[in-house]
Amino acid sequence: MPPASDTEILYAKPESLRRTRTHFCAGCGHGIVHRIICELIDEFGIREKTVCVAPVGCAVLAYNYFDFDTCEAPHGRTPAVATGIKRVLPEHFVFSYQGDGDLAAIGMGEIIHAANRGENICVFFVNNAVYGMTQGQMAPTSLVGQKTATSPKGRDPENEGYPIRVCELLATLQAPAYIERVAVSSPRNVRRAKKAIRKAFQTQLEGRGFSLIEILSPCPTYWRVDPVTAMKELEARMPPIFPLGVFRDGR
Amino acid sequence: MGAKILMTGNEAASEGAIQAGCMAYYGYPITPQNEITAYMSLHMRERGRVFLQAESELAAVNMVLGTSAAGFRAMTSSSSPGISLKQEGISYLAALELPAVIINMQRGGPGLGNIAPAQSDYWQATRGGGHGDYRCIVLAPHTVSETFTTLMLAFDLADKYRMVVLVLGDGRLGQMMEPVELHNAAPAVKVDKPWALNGCKGRPSNKLHSLLLKEDDLEELNTRLQKNYKKVEANEVRFEEVDTEDAEVVMVAYGTCARLCKEVVRHARDEGIKAGLIRPITLWPFPAEPIRQAAARGAKFLFVEMSAGQMIEDVRLSLEGAAEVRFYGRTGGNVPRWDAILQKTREMMPYSPLRRT
Ligand SMILES: Cc1ncc(C[n+]2csc(CCOP(=O)(O)OP(=O)(O)O)c2C)c(N)n1
Ligand code: SF4
Repeated sequence: MPPASDTEILYAKPESLRRTRTHFCAGCGHGIVHRIICELIDEFGIREKTVCVAPVGCAVLAYNYFDFDTCEAPHGRTPAVATGIKRVLPEHFVFSYQGDGDLAAIGMGEIIHAANRGENICVFFVNNAVYGMTQGQMAPTSLVGQKTATSPKGRDPENEGYPIRVCELLATLQAPAYIERVAVSSPRNVRRAKKAIRKAFQTQLEGRGFSLIEILSPCPTYWRVDPVTAMKELEARMPPIFPLGVFRDGR
Repeated sequence: MGAKILMTGNEAASEGAIQAGCMAYYGYPITPQNEITAYMSLHMRERGRVFLQAESELAAVNMVLGTSAAGFRAMTSSSSPGISLKQEGISYLAALELPAVIINMQRGGPGLGNIAPAQSDYWQATRGGGHGDYRCIVLAPHTVSETFTTLMLAFDLADKYRMVVLVLGDGRLGQMMEPVELHNAAPAVKVDKPWALNGCKGRPSNKLHSLLLKEDDLEELNTRLQKNYKKVEANEVRFEEVDTEDAEVVMVAYGTCARLCKEVVRHARDEGIKAGLIRPITLWPFPAEPIRQAAARGAKFLFVEMSAGQMIEDVRLSLEGAAEVRFYGRTGGNVPRWDAILQKTREMMPYSPLRRT
């Protein structure tokens, strides 16, 4: 219904987000991150010059939600595909969207080297400490003691090592321009996440190089808790291992 | 017409790609194709094009995928072990119907093998190589100057059919030098790419994906791919025949082995053996028809490959016992000697005084 002239729209579907039914589980963090990205694409007015590279993971269907050009990539190769696009379309806004299995396990080589080349792209890295799409296996970011389909007694550092801190790892490199870790665990943190993602957008649009925003996000389904509990656990358990904050700002 | 200059097959391939309008090249070092990476690093950026040494062959082929998705001509090159790593990306390129050119200067395998020339990736190249029902067009030049023109053809075919075109050479072809005429190519075929991901200005947004969860959707993609492959089979078979009209022994060989066999045809004819050669230029689609015709004329066949016998299976399939088919090959990076091939030819001719069987 068209708004009457004396009403102000406070909350609406971003233009860049398609009106479609979601496939994400109730309480999943991916939907929040999708929405933030679309709000910012609208805010910057860059829908028509954006190219997204979607991961293999629960966000594989990104192109069903994003109403701008979107490409599939083989599992973990997302930053390489984004590199191939950005190098020939330097004026376009190119971002890769990845989960923790995609980025920190099978795609570790691609992310480190894209960061190290200072590719002028944004990476939105959703860390939910588990492999969602393949039904809840251990991820490189699973917490010590976390029970998953492949660590039924809890992640044991003796056998499978410790969670990988991607922001800290990439911050050892010289080239990256902006690296921050946020969480979508509360309205306040969602606003902070949006601010960080906005900074990443600006970094690329100003040609300053590689940025990565790690977003701590709930997967209620494979944490095997209800959505509200998942948010509480996210806020209580993840930041002690994955501290929120800025790891690189400017070169 | 340009000047004739002396260059290696690897350099000729690189120059061919540049002339064909390749806008981005992504490589990773591996012998015997390092001259391609070196040549491209020197000449792409000075033309304002993209050269990038990737962190692996996995990354390189996926950078090609990105550039091709954006609507630009892109290439990567490698040799056997690296080509194995690219197979995941090739399968995705095929599924996404993206054009790309990939050079394989084959070396001895399996495993790390060695850096000597070989032709033992024929099956991998002509059967798809990665997972799923797909094909690549496979071109096999046999001289340095043909390598130059083959690259131009490769880019045109890739765009025309939205397919991966593999240029299958070997370490010898890549590293030997010959004079090449670098005719400045006419602007290559220009194909509209309405599917390209270059921003949805003035059009609905594009998406490129091969995940098709509904069985019927995936079947539809497969049917479309197969229809396209049929078109390629109908229109793009290429081969060369040498003295086959009256030949009693027809050698079948491609690339480096075909060069040797051209020599052998001459020597055999000097001895009175009616020898000929069929040289497939496209390995897929395979030129079965000239082989069937030679079989109908009563010819016997000698397959010469630097492998344990891979291409020979394509002919066994198409002849189905209609002619005598023999094989001579060397493996491990050994190149067959022309006189050994000649001896095999003699052995197939009852009247040859020099046959020793
Ligand atoms: C080469 C390859 N290996 C494995 C898989 C199976 N696979 C699909 S998604 C996935 C992991 C996804 O986990 P993550 O990246 O954490 O994303 P999430 O689903 O949690 O958002 C795996 C292993 C695949 N598709 N391709
Ligand atoms: S499995 Fe987890 S990550 Fe995947 S959609 Fe469900 S809640 Fe989200």
